Amino acid sequence: MSDLADPNTGQIRWRDLTLRIKRYDPEKDREPHWQEFKIQAHPMDRVLDVLMKVKWEQDDSIALRKSCAHGICGSDAMRINGQNNLACKLLVQNVKGKTITVEPILGLPVIKDLIVDMKPFFDHYKAVMPFLVNDDPAPTTERLQTPEQRARFDDTTKCILCACCTTACPPFWGNREYVGPAAIVNAHRFIFDSRDQGAGERLDILNDSEGIWRCRTVFNCTSACPRGIQVTQAISEVKRALITGVVDIPEEAEVLS
Amino acid sequence: MSTPTYHRFESIIVGSGGAGLMAALHSSKEVGTAVVSKLYPTRSHTGAAAGGIAAALSNIEDDSWENHAYDTIKGGDFVVDQTPVEILCREAVECIYDLEHMGLPFDRTPDGRISQRRFGGHTRPVPGNPSKREPVMRACHAADRTGHMILQTLYQQCIKQGVQFFDEYHMLDLIMVDGECRGIVAIEIATGRLHVFHAKSVLLATGGFGRMFKVTSNAYALTGDGPAIAYRHGIPLEDMEFYQFHPTGIYRLGILLTEGCRGDGGIMFNGKGERFMETYAPNMKELASRDVCSRSIYQEVQAGRGVNGKDFVYLDIRPETINRFKSSPLHKDGKDVDEHFIESRLSESLELSRTYLGIDPLKEPMPIQPTAHYAMGGTPTDFETRVLRNAAGEVVPGLYAAGESACVSVHGANRLGTNSLVDLVVFGRRAGKAMAQYAKSQDFREIPTDADAPTRKQIDTALAKPRTEPWIRIREELQTVMMDDCGVYRNTEGLARARKKVAELKSRYESTGIQDKGTVFNTGLLEYLELGCLIDLAAATVASAESRKESRGAHSREDFPDRDDVNHFNHTFAMRDGDTGVRIENRPVDVVYIEKDGQKVPKYPLEVRKY
Ligand SMILES: Cc1cc2nc3c(=O)[nH]c(=O)nc-3n(C[C@H](O)[C@H](O)[C@H](O)COP(=O)(O)OP(=O)(O)OC[C@H]3O[C@@H](n4cnc5c(N)ncnc54)[C@H](O)[C@@H]3O)c2cc1C
Ligand code: SF4
Ligand code: SF4
Ligand code: FES
Repeated sequence: MSDLADPNTGQIRWRDLTLRIKRYDPEKDREPHWQEFKIQAHPMDRVLDVLMKVKWEQDDSIALRKSCAHGICGSDAMRINGQNNLACKLLVQNVKGKTITVEPILGLPVIKDLIVDMKPFFDHYKAVMPFLVNDDPAPTTERLQTPEQRARFDDTTKCILCACCTTACPPFWGNREYVGPAAIVNAHRFIFDSRDQGAGERLDILNDSEGIWRCRTVFNCTSACPRGIQVTQAISEVKRALITGVVDIPEEAEVLS
Repeated sequence: MSTPTYHRFESIIVGSGGAGLMAALHSSKEVGTAVVSKLYPTRSHTGAAAGGIAAALSNIEDDSWENHAYDTIKGGDFVVDQTPVEILCREAVECIYDLEHMGLPFDRTPDGRISQRRFGGHTRPVPGNPSKREPVMRACHAADRTGHMILQTLYQQCIKQGVQFFDEYHMLDLIMVDGECRGIVAIEIATGRLHVFHAKSVLLATGGFGRMFKVTSNAYALTGDGPAIAYRHGIPLEDMEFYQFHPTGIYRLGILLTEGCRGDGGIMFNGKGERFMETYAPNMKELASRDVCSRSIYQEVQAGRGVNGKDFVYLDIRPETINRFKSSPLHKDGKDVDEHFIESRLSESLELSRTYLGIDPLKEPMPIQPTAHYAMGGTPTDFETRVLRNAAGEVVPGLYAAGESACVSVHGANRLGTNSLVDLVVFGRRAGKAMAQYAKSQDFREIPTDADAPTRKQIDTALAKPRTEPWIRIREELQTVMMDDCGVYRNTEGLARARKKVAELKSRYESTGIQDKGTVFNTGLLEYLELGCLIDLAAATVASAESRKESRGAHSREDFPDRDDVNHFNHTFAMRDGDTGVRIENRPVDVVYIEKDGQKVPKYPLEVRKY
């Protein structure tokens, strides 16, 4: 276990922790319930490492999703001490107190333990036409785009569809039909892409009664996003496009004409 | 037990990374196609790729697909099949434009074209002095999120095209009848129900298997299910001894810091503060190829020159360090780098270091160690992605493989950076087309009514067995022995030790079970079955490494330090022999010839691989 030692001092800095998990097994339980596990963790461990250690060493029936373990695949969104995060992006040393409380993200049906049904989330994503629309015949090489035009939608290309934002959004908790911030982020990704021709249709979809106007600008989504996307800003840019009827994309520079 | 759910599709694609999705786009244009994946498509590890995707577009510097082919063959230390490499490098260009038309947000040059950058091992002849080579800008990129963008773009196109997905379905078996593949068996993770997918053509695109090693850049899901399940049906594993260790993994965690860190001037220091790459690769230094850098770090650590005598060294990307050594490409133009430059070029790496090490790389160096990264080997295929049944090159009708789980072989003994993503799109596309064509020419052939019986039995046995020991211990011991005895360096004793250990672990694995006996999201069961795949692949890897008594590319034998073209200029085919044995066969390398002065000569003659 020497590989857990502090690289500078050689000392192992174990921390005694309680991991409190909200458990639910549809084959056994009528209601979710809390279960506590005692564990020694290293301050540099990810919360995901702590969960896996408990799963592997104490109870392999604990169910959670995981894959990349470094915040790029979007599998392990959960509520950790009351805040949405990826379990693989939060280190033990950044958790306050001696108890780590984990529960499934809110607003989606729980299947087992920390696993929720992602279908409603992905359905909203698919509903906003999250793909490039361009019916002009493709040139033999690339379509041109200036670096400024490319930068216009850079922020919203970072989305990993983890659902941290949508499941932190109070209007979504109240109404699962609301399209939610993640879908709007992905609509923004294309609406502001100079190569795209589907902005009008996407804006119509978002103008629907379950669309963007359900957003009350509470900012929960932005602080929940593990990719640091300015979610609320993207939403307000889409709202502005709806109100003004103008999608502001940098002009093509002369070099491209 | 309950009867399985039956489905019928002309074409079934297992895996939804870059290779699987590219194949799905092309297959579904022509025939009924479904994608089966144990992860939601956007969770696939293609999304973790950072650096770029290679194609000789000549957008910034003059380049040609022939240059790219030469680099790929040399990078692979020549045990590379040259016909598929030429296909790869030629079709790369077209595929990049395809991706751009699909909406991939590549970074741009000031004149609006796809931007390109340098990457280790990618070169061109020096203009005016063609006997020498210089680095060339060939890697197309979308910030340091190129893989993420490829995965997202392909998935978006699949949505647009209405491709059918079975998300969170885990393949557990292939349906093989009379030597043909006629479908797969998968478990629906949410319910525990078995599903039989009857098909005319099946693609294995299940990705790598870095989880065989203790320190890896690979996701938890990368357990080599496709190649392992095929292997159990008698299908060979090609070139398993060639496994790439990337030099700059975050200490202890293995998370990758992109090669771009060194491309932009990062320097590696040992515990004594020496820039040790000056000793091992005086010319290229930190920009020497991955296998060379990984071996150098290992040797420093062995000699007690790790930091604080431990098993890591430092990677330093502080502007003052880069400027002191003038190691950035900017220094060529007489410019220094500053924090803003590093921040804009390497934002993902900076964030990884800040999050997982608590270290700001602009202020402090980062502790790194080699991390298990990429499998050059896998299920053998021809350049139409048809799976080979033996070293003679006979194909398995109906079965295809592409992506990291396959071995076509374009990476040989060592893959160049940015060459995997291009492999995914080029051979994923070929797979989709070939599968559709084959399906159109065939009728559905019968499958047994109890096609799921072996899978049912496998699951029931795992659930019935008592847990004699936690299976995680078996996995940890496997990962440790593979890292120590079949890792960066290998030798006869170590490999023998690993062989015995893997056999012991296999029998311990077979006698222990799991705690979770449920059907809904029994992830304990699935991890346990994945471990079974890793154990079988480890046995084949060790046997292949024992059989190659030379050092080539990523395979370094301390007891056979030189390359041996007389005895080992060939591919290794590991065949399953009984329950635990491995039999080795060899297949000649595919060499392309040209006419020169009326004589047939190799187009890419063997040379010493030096950087
Ligand atoms: C950190 C990192 C950075 C990299 N950077 C680069 C780079 O810059 N350039 C480059 O060229 N290469 C890079 N690589 C390599 C490259 O990313 C991978 O080799 C490539 O993405 C593999 O793609 P794939 O489609 O074969 O598999 P993956 O993308 O790994 O997908 C595998 C798929 O198979 C599915 N699957 C697996 N088993 C089963 C099963 N039993 N049943 C059903 N489905 C299953 C999974 O769900 C998944 O969808 C990098 C690799 C890593 C790890
Ligand atoms: S800003 Fe809008 S979308 Fe975001 S959490 Fe608040 S209400 Fe929801
Ligand atoms: S916007 Fe951020 S929080 Fe929301 S799904 Fe995308 S990555 Fe996750
Ligand atoms: S496991 Fe991939 S984001 Fe956490």
